Amino acid sequence: MRSLALRRTVNVAVTILCGAMVLVAVIPLGSLLWLVVSHGAAGLNLSFFTSLPTPVGEPGGGVGNAILGTAMLVGLACLVGLPLGIGAGVFLAERGDGPFGRAVRFTAEVFSGVPSIVIGIVAYGLVVVTMHRFSMLAGGLALALLMVPTLARSTEELVRLVPQSLREASLALGVPAWKTSLRVVLRTALGGVVTAVLLAIARAAGETAPLLFTSLNNQYWNVRPDQPTASLTVQIFNYAISPYEDWHQKAWSAALVLLLLVGGLNLLARFALRRSAAGGGHA
Amino acid sequence: MAPPRPPRAAAGGHAGDRLFAAVLTALGGAVLLVVGVVVLELYRVAQPALAKGGLRFLLDRDWDPVLGSFGALPFVYGTLVTSGVALLVAVPVSVGLALFLSEMGPPRLRPIVSFLIETLAAIPSVVYGLWGLFVVVPLLRDHVEPALGRALGFLPLFRGAPIGLGYLAAGLLLAIMILPTISSVTSEVLKTVPSSLREGALALGATRWEAIRLAVLPYARPGILGAVLLGLGRALGETMAVTMVIGNAPEISASLFAPGYSLPAVIANEFAEASGALHLGALAGLALVLFGLALVMNSAARLLVRLVARGGRAAA
Repeated sequence: MRSLALRRTVNVAVTILCGAMVLVAVIPLGSLLWLVVSHGAAGLNLSFFTSLPTPVGEPGGGVGNAILGTAMLVGLACLVGLPLGIGAGVFLAERGDGPFGRAVRFTAEVFSGVPSIVIGIVAYGLVVVTMHRFSMLAGGLALALLMVPTLARSTEELVRLVPQSLREASLALGVPAWKTSLRVVLRTALGGVVTAVLLAIARAAGETAPLLFTSLNNQYWNVRPDQPTASLTVQIFNYAISPYEDWHQKAWSAALVLLLLVGGLNLLARFALRRSAAGGGHA
Repeated sequence: MAPPRPPRAAAGGHAGDRLFAAVLTALGGAVLLVVGVVVLELYRVAQPALAKGGLRFLLDRDWDPVLGSFGALPFVYGTLVTSGVALLVAVPVSVGLALFLSEMGPPRLRPIVSFLIETLAAIPSVVYGLWGLFVVVPLLRDHVEPALGRALGFLPLFRGAPIGLGYLAAGLLLAIMILPTISSVTSEVLKTVPSSLREGALALGATRWEAIRLAVLPYARPGILGAVLLGLGRALGETMAVTMVIGNAPEISASLFAPGYSLPAVIANEFAEASGALHLGALAGLALVLFGLALVMNSAARLLVRLVARGGRAAA
């Protein structure tokens, strides 16, 4: 038997080692955030948000069309992805205990790990090939397909959190089961579902790979769904891999805009969850 | 763990209930449909290439779209090497993180650390790529790679000119990106370990680390393996960050310093400009391989994690 002192020392050493691992993980995060903010802030001004990209060497220019493009792509994705994802989630929570439900749950779980670039090819085959051109529609479809599985799983978890007594009370009052599901259960879970939706939107806004060959890119303002369209992420990619100092600067600034957007959505999601938790306690 | 199933008593009787049930079931079925469409569509786009060479093209090492030769081996190799490096770095760090989050860390620090790890997970891949390109690559080129070459240059792994762009840069970036996945799943798994095990070990006089090593870790092992597989699945399919730092050279090099290429990266770079159905088909064929790998990793991972959670319920 080893001495107690030695065993205690090992215990302390391992504890310190685990703490060190926290540092190992947090240092890259700190470095990344610091550089995006310090490099990116220099290029931020009003016209960066509102004007079109300029060719190399021409001063000024912004990513206005890319911000609009990202918003429209995500909006399109939400039109398809939200009803499907949330609906499937409610199905899993309310009627997903049978073999069919288990199959759907497992499929959704496994599918949520499929690389996003693979989904891009599917949207390419379905929309770009059919329409003979790259388009916002194709990009939106790719993002929608990516949303569905994760949204379904998180909605399920949230709907299951609704206390059983609420359902019973509603049913005991003679409210039909479907009305109970929609008016009582889903409404109680609303704050949580809003959180899941915000997180899904944040993730979609940060996607690049499936957009590279669906919505492609566009140097001009575009609101037409059948045309190629710019997005913040693809713009960052193009600027970053270019050989021009001037464009690298714009990549950092665009990355800062993207991080503010994604971070803002995440904060909003936290806020929504906290509010719903408070509401739940009240009920 | 799962809450009791919702009451079914009213289902089936009311017309509205039947309609509602039908709509819900249709929405659930839509998930299966979506996955079916994905598989069929991938297969359809890949068809020209599959018809020509079958899956044999996986073992060919020449990739020259101009000459019409499509061998995927350099990409398969690059994907495996970068994912391997990523796991080597990420697994010890994430298990340490998970232990900190669920067993060892001061309770007041835990929520802060878990918030930081969530932040790490929320950063878009292209931003990691940007940071990798302008921070990690120069760091590797000017400092890390020359030092590694001096110290371990007798191994073929660490030979060659320090370029910065290459397998090592991609692997390190992947490691950071899969950290949150592995550590959060691992700490979930650790939480499902019955506390009676821990308490038993502590009551027998074990230190906290001994309780973890002798009671907690052996119990949680399948779930931790599941978490690692989940991280591996992420690493295999990660596209943007790798594309930006791996160097994009369709070659197979023994050295980690050399530029390489990965499956998702070549799809990202060539798909939009692919000439002809054969080139597109070959790229979609690579995507099919990636899809298959991701499905296998994820299913195995979920089953392993579930195994631990179920055992926890039974023992509790």
